[in-house]
Amino acid sequence: MKKVDLLPSHSKDKKRASTFEIEDFISLSLRIGVIISSVIIALGLLLFSLSGYAGFPEGDFPKTFRQVWTGLLHFNPLAIITAGILILLVTPIFRVAASLVTFFLQKDYQYTLIAGYVLFMLLLSLFLGKAE
Amino acid sequence: MQLLQVKVLKLKDMEVALKLVSFSFIGIIFSISILAGILGALLGLGGGIIIIPALTLLLGVDIRYAIGASVVSIIATSSGAAATYIRDRITNVRIGMFLEMATTTGAILGAYLSSLIHARYLYFIFALVLGYSTLALFRRRNVELAPDTTPHPLAQKFKLSGSYYDSALQQEVNYTSSGVPAGFLVMLGAGILSGLLGIGSGVFKVLAMDMYMKLPMKVSTATSNFMIGVTAATSAGIYFSRGYINPAIAGPVALGVVLGTVIGTRLMVRLRNATLRKIFLPVLLYISLEMLLKGLKG
Repeated sequence: MKKVDLLPSHSKDKKRASTFEIEDFISLSLRIGVIISSVIIALGLLLFSLSGYAGFPEGDFPKTFRQVWTGLLHFNPLAIITAGILILLVTPIFRVAASLVTFFLQKDYQYTLIAGYVLFMLLLSLFLGKAE
Repeated sequence: MQLLQVKVLKLKDMEVALKLVSFSFIGIIFSISILAGILGALLGLGGGIIIIPALTLLLGVDIRYAIGASVVSIIATSSGAAATYIRDRITNVRIGMFLEMATTTGAILGAYLSSLIHARYLYFIFALVLGYSTLALFRRRNVELAPDTTPHPLAQKFKLSGSYYDSALQQEVNYTSSGVPAGFLVMLGAGILSGLLGIGSGVFKVLAMDMYMKLPMKVSTATSNFMIGVTAATSAGIYFSRGYINPAIAGPVALGVVLGTVIGTRLMVRLRNATLRKIFLPVLLYISLEMLLKGLKG
């Protein structure tokens, strides 16, 4: 019963004009990021513990995008895990960008601006971090 | 010949033993991370307070790898838990986005402040704010929902209100934000803290929303969960390029935390706001004492 109540009560007061809600889109973008990265990390870990093969000298692991990429081409377990982690690490940035687009499509310009500011500050801090 | 055979055998044994060690090592990290994910999803924190001490003190992992794993844990908690909370409309996306203006600005300010102010004084300031908040929260520990809050003018201007279905109370809960400037200011502090020290800004985010903006505790922790990933993402790039992200450690952490959030999000919707606050209190007390200690040590 409660579950049935849940859906209409939320869509009731929201404008029905648009076919999708901002929340559903953001939730989906996060979910996709988490699932893809988890599957890749799990595959890498499985390969790592089954083969016992790190492909890198003892205690070493990929630290640059280039190392991850070349490692991936050789099915290196640690590079696969790192690739999965990197996908996970960019999901929040992807999420902000996705909300920016959604707010814009919903003609919520106030929040398009806010999301734009957040995205700008995010990229700025990434850039400043690199320059350090 | 026999000697050689023995040697080969021993080497093989060693290899098997080594493999078992690394296998159980990964298993332990995985289990700890599940716990961190559950707690993180419940309270809107990143789980760093579990991951860092567990890795360094229990498993003897290098602090740099522990910090790298903690950043991965924060983002895993945030993305894992927020996906569910947003779907269930417990996270308020607009409030989160609005306050992210403060946290991202704060993070950049914090990075520059570190060269101007001694970290010691900041630890004291944060310990003071947290200590005061612990007391204030303790007094409100039994409050399920804030009694009719008057919305701040800014709350109307920026649509900082909403409703969610509370499974524990079995009713639709309407809420709005009061104390928007105070909440925004505390969020700025949370951002500075994470930009400066790279830690524990989740607590400040929950406090800003629960205490100052008078949002329901569930909305506060779920929205904090939504936000912490963005704050952590700003520093993730630096940690990767510095070689802090060790896949053999951060990999099992990410998987464990994601699994933990699946459990944590299911648990959280069934709990009462007051219960959630009571779980939050000891964590808050622990972090304020830790800050005070760090300030005293200089």
